[in-house]
Amino acid sequence: MAGTFKFELVSPERILMSVEAEQVIIPGAEGPFTVLEGHAPVVSTLLPGVIHVTTPSSKQAIFVRFGFAEVTAEQLTVLAERAFIVEEADPRQLDQELDLARKALDDADTDDARLHVSRAIEELKALIDQAA
Amino acid sequence: MPSLKDLRNRINSVKATRKITKAMQMVAAAKLRRAQEAAEASRPYAERMDMVLANLAKGVANPENASPLLVGTGKEDTHLLIMMTAERGLCGGFNSNIAKLVRQDALQLIKDGKKVKILAVGRKGADNLRRDLGNYITDRVSLAGLKTVGFEQASEIADKVMAGFGDEEFDVCTVYYAQFESVISQKPTGQQLIPARLPEASDDAAAADGHGNASYEYEPEEEVLLDQLLRRNISTQIFRGLLENAASEQGARMSAMDSATRNASDMIDSLTLSYNRQRQAQITKELIEIISGAEAL
Repeated sequence: MAGTFKFELVSPERILMSVEAEQVIIPGAEGPFTVLEGHAPVVSTLLPGVIHVTTPSSKQAIFVRFGFAEVTAEQLTVLAERAFIVEEADPRQLDQELDLARKALDDADTDDARLHVSRAIEELKALIDQAA
Repeated sequence: MPSLKDLRNRINSVKATRKITKAMQMVAAAKLRRAQEAAEASRPYAERMDMVLANLAKGVANPENASPLLVGTGKEDTHLLIMMTAERGLCGGFNSNIAKLVRQDALQLIKDGKKVKILAVGRKGADNLRRDLGNYITDRVSLAGLKTVGFEQASEIADKVMAGFGDEEFDVCTVYYAQFESVISQKPTGQQLIPARLPEASDDAAAADGHGNASYEYEPEEEVLLDQLLRRNISTQIFRGLLENAASEQGARMSAMDSATRNASDMIDSLTLSYNRQRQAQITKELIEIISGAEAL
């Protein structure tokens, strides 16, 4: 079994989540990356997308709009301006995010950004289907 | 000399007032607790933000390329003052204290030949400045009808500020709010947002935190990341101000209503005293009249 590290998800309003995690996948600004125990220290901004958290007992998906992640060997802290745990989210909230993401796609000016936003939209759609 | 009936009416009306102020005090106490909790819950985010920013800023080698949010536009001709006040009154000197500080700073800046723009958040402060500085109020944000301030309001204000800064409408931005010290003391403060004043990254604190000065890798590059974070930091700072202000407002209202309740109680006591005295005097007078009438027979 893989080692665990501390994962904290902090929004401006409160600490949303603080768990021991085995693996966390983060939608980084320069591509998604996976954090395991003992990861090299990184500070990265996040694009809108889904964070996948695997803890020894469960798997969770969290949607974030802008934020950044700070990784050290023992800890991963994600500061997100807007975040919610997908399973607990209200379907309407997801739809709203989807609309926002579509708007972001129209505004996106580089290919990279467009690619990323469309990926986020795909993920969101999949999540909405799952929830429905 | 007011009649007995007048006195009775007066006592009843003061009693009714006391009931209202007492209720307002209790409502404020409940809201204060919630506001304080919200302020506390928001602290981890702001602290992390500060820490990462401080680390980043230290690493930026050449200040010429740094973001204008950090080093300024090179001049300081136009100042934007963000004045945060409440939507409602009856909270002691809370609103007027903030407005006083803003007025004092604004007049000083005008005297120094700078241009001043005021962004008024909350109705009360704008009302307070309308007479002498009304022309300088360029924009207003209303918080009316909101139960609690959320991050959305802060981002809304921050978007306005950023748009204005992008259009070079101002060079320096300062936010004014009341710092919550305790229920009886709220200190109006001005805090400079742009150019950003970053907390010094103290090595001890960082080391004690276990993070040390671990050499982070940055994605994207440091300068870009710093710029993005500085933008986000504006809304974080504004959010912090809003929350502090909300707690201060409730604290100020609570102590104002507490003293109003106490005043009402004192007033009821003294009115009741004079009511009883007068009633007794009247009884005595009537008795004397009866007795002297009987003696005359």
